[in-house]
Amino acid sequence: MIASTVLECASVSKSYDGVAAVRDASFTLAKGEIMSILGPSGCGKTTLLRLIAGFERVDAGEITVQGKQVASANSHVQPERRNIGMVFQEYALFPHLTVGKNVTFGLKDVPDDKKEQRLAEVLQLTRLEGLGNRYPSELSGGQQQRVALARTLAPEPVMVLLDEPFSNLDATLRSQVRAEVQSILHDQGASTIFVTHDREEAFAMADRVGVMFDGNLVQIDTPGAMYRFPTTADVARITGVSDLLEGTIEGGRVATEAGKLPWMSAQDIGDSDSVSVLVRADDFLVMPNPNAKAVVVSREYRGDAMILVVRLPSGATVHCRQGPYSELAAGTQVTLAPSRVQPFVAFPKKG
Amino acid sequence: MLNPSAGQSIAVHPTQQVGWRKGLGNLPSSWLLGPSVLVALAMLLPVAYLILRSVGASESAWDLLFRLRTLSTLGRTALLGISVTGISILLAVPLAWLTTRTDLPFRRFWGVVSVLPLVIPSYVGAFLVVSALGPRGLVQQILETPFGVDRLPSIYGFPGATITLAFLTYPYILLTVRGAIQNLDPSLEEAARGLGHGRWQTFWRVVVPQLRPAIAAGSLLVGLYALSDFGAVSLLRYETFTWSIYQQYQTAFDRSIAALLSLVLVALATVILLMESWSRGRLKYFRTGSGVARRQRVLRLERWKWPAVAFCAAVAALSLALPFSVLAYWLVRGVIAGEPLFALWTETRNSFYASGITAAIAAAFALPFSVLLVRYPGRLSRLLESTSYVGYALPGIVIALALVFFGANYARPVYQTVWLLVFAYLILHFPVALGAIRAAVLQISPRLEEAARGLGLSRQRAMLKVTIPLLWPGVLAGAALVFLVTMKELPATLILGPLGFKTLATAIWSASSEAFFARAAAAALLLILLSSLPTAFLLVRLRSQGDRQP
Repeated sequence: MIASTVLECASVSKSYDGVAAVRDASFTLAKGEIMSILGPSGCGKTTLLRLIAGFERVDAGEITVQGKQVASANSHVQPERRNIGMVFQEYALFPHLTVGKNVTFGLKDVPDDKKEQRLAEVLQLTRLEGLGNRYPSELSGGQQQRVALARTLAPEPVMVLLDEPFSNLDATLRSQVRAEVQSILHDQGASTIFVTHDREEAFAMADRVGVMFDGNLVQIDTPGAMYRFPTTADVARITGVSDLLEGTIEGGRVATEAGKLPWMSAQDIGDSDSVSVLVRADDFLVMPNPNAKAVVVSREYRGDAMILVVRLPSGATVHCRQGPYSELAAGTQVTLAPSRVQPFVAFPKKG
Repeated sequence: MLNPSAGQSIAVHPTQQVGWRKGLGNLPSSWLLGPSVLVALAMLLPVAYLILRSVGASESAWDLLFRLRTLSTLGRTALLGISVTGISILLAVPLAWLTTRTDLPFRRFWGVVSVLPLVIPSYVGAFLVVSALGPRGLVQQILETPFGVDRLPSIYGFPGATITLAFLTYPYILLTVRGAIQNLDPSLEEAARGLGHGRWQTFWRVVVPQLRPAIAAGSLLVGLYALSDFGAVSLLRYETFTWSIYQQYQTAFDRSIAALLSLVLVALATVILLMESWSRGRLKYFRTGSGVARRQRVLRLERWKWPAVAFCAAVAALSLALPFSVLAYWLVRGVIAGEPLFALWTETRNSFYASGITAAIAAAFALPFSVLLVRYPGRLSRLLESTSYVGYALPGIVIALALVFFGANYARPVYQTVWLLVFAYLILHFPVALGAIRAAVLQISPRLEEAARGLGLSRQRAMLKVTIPLLWPGVLAGAALVFLVTMKELPATLILGPLGFKTLATAIWSASSEAFFARAAAAALLLILLSSLPTAFLLVRLRSQGDRQP
């Protein structure tokens, strides 16, 4: 156990009526680290947060906070004794209390002058000065979000948990609030876990990302490593635009329609195995070539980029990101040349 | 005094909150506006007349009003209101919690049983108390032969009236609080736990404040009920304003004393209304986020399970089992003694007749009124709406008195006819019809009417072909509720009924004030059964409607 570890989950499992919500989840959170849990809805990510916060009991495994065990199959520290802050998806602001009273709610045994001082600090941090006497229903969505965060930070919890923190904000507000929240969390050095189903959010805010499917924490990595070296095809799909090309291993290379490519794999793959090779949108250069068999079938203009969909002779398609001024029209015959420095990721073929 | 919309939330189509748009196409037509204004004027009539009357009151009447006796009546009325409300809260809040959020054994059963005392009118409850615990009552007779007890501690006065009313009215608070508990957002409780609060602290600092508006709304109903109750306090001889007014009316030569006393009672009711809106204050009750609410957690009672069942059973025993067994006892005795118990044909017919007419007229007026309030919000409809609640706040005896004076002086042709009585019933119970029918109108999107008009129907025809058929269940529900409360109405019937016009309610009251308990029991049983019919119909109707909701 390293001194700077705030949280350790060891083989944590939880099921409801025989249906597993979290299976055998193990990971640690370092002090000051921001970690995101990314997964589709219903994958168990919110349950994982609630297990850590103490709103649910674990069936098996152990949760340790700052070296003290808080949950196991036969012990359960009540949520109010864990000193873990949670920001709820719908904020859960107390409608009968003012912003100020909401924020100081967790400062129970603090003398009044200290309470006032902390309130002022936290309101300033979350840019809510002057709103202390308002009621939650009188605030905008972004302000409510910050009150929820202020309330969670006020008692200086050992760690902060955020459940889909930005899903209630409209798209234009979301990226702005996200940046604000991130800088607040960094300023406070708050160890944080947040769950989301939005890849951009998971990547932009977190030092490390955990991807979860069907209750399994499939991979935990930095955003960069997760994007470049996903361990499964599912992880590849949820972490960005991806295509799979059929290929066969030939020693150090894998032979595909788009050429012989350097490869690596997290799985056990040997010579002459059939594999699927992960291709990201920026792994190939696209060059016009009237003799080539690949054809641009469509173009998606995204403002800052142009995504070309290229069809290979077998019928497989590859998405390729180009500059926004790409002139390659649909119907143009093209060749693909690998531009990726790292080896391509290969998965054993299913079935 | 039944507020059908209390405690259940109504889905409001956001699109209906359109203001009073300019342009002739959206002005309410006269067939909406006409009946609504008529209702508002009718509502204002009794109070206006009382004020007029007291301005012209003689000096001696004012002197009488300011005597010490009025002050002590005021004290008794306030004491009754406060203690009935207090006991009701103590009964209702735990019951509401146990039947919604815990693993109480037979939870659904207790949920239904705990609401049933609503079917017992206060004078029936009081008659049962008197007939069981009063002098020459059931208990004394049982104790007399073996123990020679010829006298029990008196149940007349404050204790009898308070206990009787509290056990009959607590369901009002139960219903509103239960609705509020079901709407609680469980993540608020979790947030409090996460911020270091234990179960009890969370309950007191987060749950109770959120239930406060519901407790206040229910207490308003109970407080007004206690204040305006005539049946129980008259039978149990506790002299509050209503009884005092009735006595003045019956005996005093100068009837303006009764008018003055009525105005004091109106002032008291106004104070209660103000207190309720003050206690509601700035609170806003909606959830702040828009996320999906998590299912509420069921609290395991564990070793409190059986004490909780005992509590529910004790309340049910006192408020239901006991009254009905006393009722059964008197019936059996009457049958054995060979009394002609069910010779109540005239009374039954009169009850049905007056309540039926009232229900039909109330629904007929509430329909255009509701459409006006919902479809044409604005200053005018707000004003009309607030006048319509006069009947809801005014005790029946006050309205009846005002109409007696008014009828005798200005409306001779209807004085001493059923029509003046029906008019009083309408003022008293119109808000009940309005509540139910407006809730139904709120459920119907104006887009439906617009679609019909887009398909070539005129405004009136669209209303006739689309809106009214959809509203029909709500209109029936409103009429049924009015029927139910009108059947039970006592003081207005006593004062305004034409000479010799007896209903089941007045029959019960006069039989039990003269200690003909068996006869009163027969009428009471009949009244409870007949007035429960529309309630049962209503419940079935609402349930099947609920099933069809998407």
